[in-house]
Amino acid sequence: MTETEPHATIESIARNSYGRLIAYVASRSGDVAGAEDALNDAFLAALERWPIDGVPQKPEAWLLHVARNRMIDAARHKQVREKSEPFLQQIAEEAQSVATAHDNFPDERLKLLFVCAHPAIESAARTPLMLQTVLGIDAARIAAAFLVSPAAMSQRLVRAKTKIRDAAIPFCVPDPPEWNERVSFVLDAIYSAYTTGWESLIDVGSTHHVLASDAIAIGRTLVQSMPDEPEAHGLLALMLHCEARNAARYTTDGEFVPLDQQDTLLWSQAMIEEAEGHLCSASAFNRMGRYQLEAAIQSIHANRAVSGWIDWPEIALLYEGLVKISPGIGSLVGRAVALAQMGNVADGLAALEKLPANRFVSYQPYWAARGHLLELLNKNDEAKEAFTRAAALTDDAALRDYLFKRCARV
Amino acid sequence: MKYALLAHESQEYFDRRKEAGAIAAGKAYGEALQAAGVFIGGAGLESPATATTVSMRDGKRHVQDGPYAETKEFLAGFAVIDVPNLDAALEWAARHPAAGHASIEVRPLAGFYFPGQPR
Repeated sequence: MTETEPHATIESIARNSYGRLIAYVASRSGDVAGAEDALNDAFLAALERWPIDGVPQKPEAWLLHVARNRMIDAARHKQVREKSEPFLQQIAEEAQSVATAHDNFPDERLKLLFVCAHPAIESAARTPLMLQTVLGIDAARIAAAFLVSPAAMSQRLVRAKTKIRDAAIPFCVPDPPEWNERVSFVLDAIYSAYTTGWESLIDVGSTHHVLASDAIAIGRTLVQSMPDEPEAHGLLALMLHCEARNAARYTTDGEFVPLDQQDTLLWSQAMIEEAEGHLCSASAFNRMGRYQLEAAIQSIHANRAVSGWIDWPEIALLYEGLVKISPGIGSLVGRAVALAQMGNVADGLAALEKLPANRFVSYQPYWAARGHLLELLNKNDEAKEAFTRAAALTDDAALRDYLFKRCARV
Repeated sequence: MKYALLAHESQEYFDRRKEAGAIAAGKAYGEALQAAGVFIGGAGLESPATATTVSMRDGKRHVQDGPYAETKEFLAGFAVIDVPNLDAALEWAARHPAAGHASIEVRPLAGFYFPGQPR
């Protein structure tokens, strides 16, 4: 055996099975932080032992066994609550059966996702907690993506994990009537991870964009865990459609390219097809939802690669549906633009002007859309003002340049 | 796992607790908790105006008229229940007759105040 093989195996397990291992241990002990500590110890032990003893036949079972022993030690040392004893007993028995069984240990990641996105957890902590526990991303990297200090992020995560343990948030998949609300928290947390990564694509090589692919990985896990939830398919389709356009969003010189002018040859056909497949699976359930509608809108944009044009009336219809179930500022602005693109520019502008000022005053897409519509109506002075405001509200330098260029062109 | 359900009410709703509907709802809730075998204890509280606050400082007893803090919403009652986990506690909190107008704070008990009764 070479020296590198055990290390490669450990790395591969850490990358591919971390979330499953944490979920398995934590769902039995009710203690996420304790599970993380125990597993980290187990990985350290593996780094020490495997190069000498060789990689065990069932490496994951070996890690679970060590983690179990660590948890029992920790429980004895700290003399923590007596309630953990039965759980530890259960873990010990299950670890034993895992070690002898041919099957893999059960996948409890779905339960872990529901715990991370539990309404009793501070909402700002849900997505970071999910990224850390399910994917094993370290707090510093998560902090960078969410624009907070590593210390603040660590604190937020610690607080959330303490609450899970001390308030006894259950590791279970909720039943109706809670199901819909709870699923939407899970979906929102994943989507938030995705958009946080997507919006910062321009920082080439930064940690941010990895977050987008991480979110897609969780989206895939979710679809595997709940194949009968159309919104899970919808969310994955939405993320894949956006991700497919990665290479087309900026020119090689780093200039921003708006969606309807992107070179469709640069889009990933494979991802578009995967997205369409999930949208199709979702539609079979005949239960419409926010993410399916958003994915359907992106699907029409994607179809430009085939047809060469954009079906704006269809997009307007989909936004109409979206506004009914999820009247966020984003969908209201999207609907106004779709109306304008299908020829009803004045209606589109009227729709924009009906929005309450406090919702759009600092919302960049509103001002960009407003500039576009005013330009179409030849209201040049007002259009310039709107584009300037939009430029001032973005933190993406390439988009800012683009908006100033639009402004100059009016 | 034991949780305290702490009902924080405004004066306006607190004043209505003697109405027949409120009494019936409170009684039914208490009975449902007992029937489910989750009720450990609890009661409604008299108004904050009846409160007296005590503290010991430097070995000296300080007694003050009034509640610990004057707030618009105040603690109007509490129940201690024993249920498997937070979700079950939240379910009971949602059923609390005051939940429609008051806020029910759900707090796990720190078990060490009950020697011999692990959580």
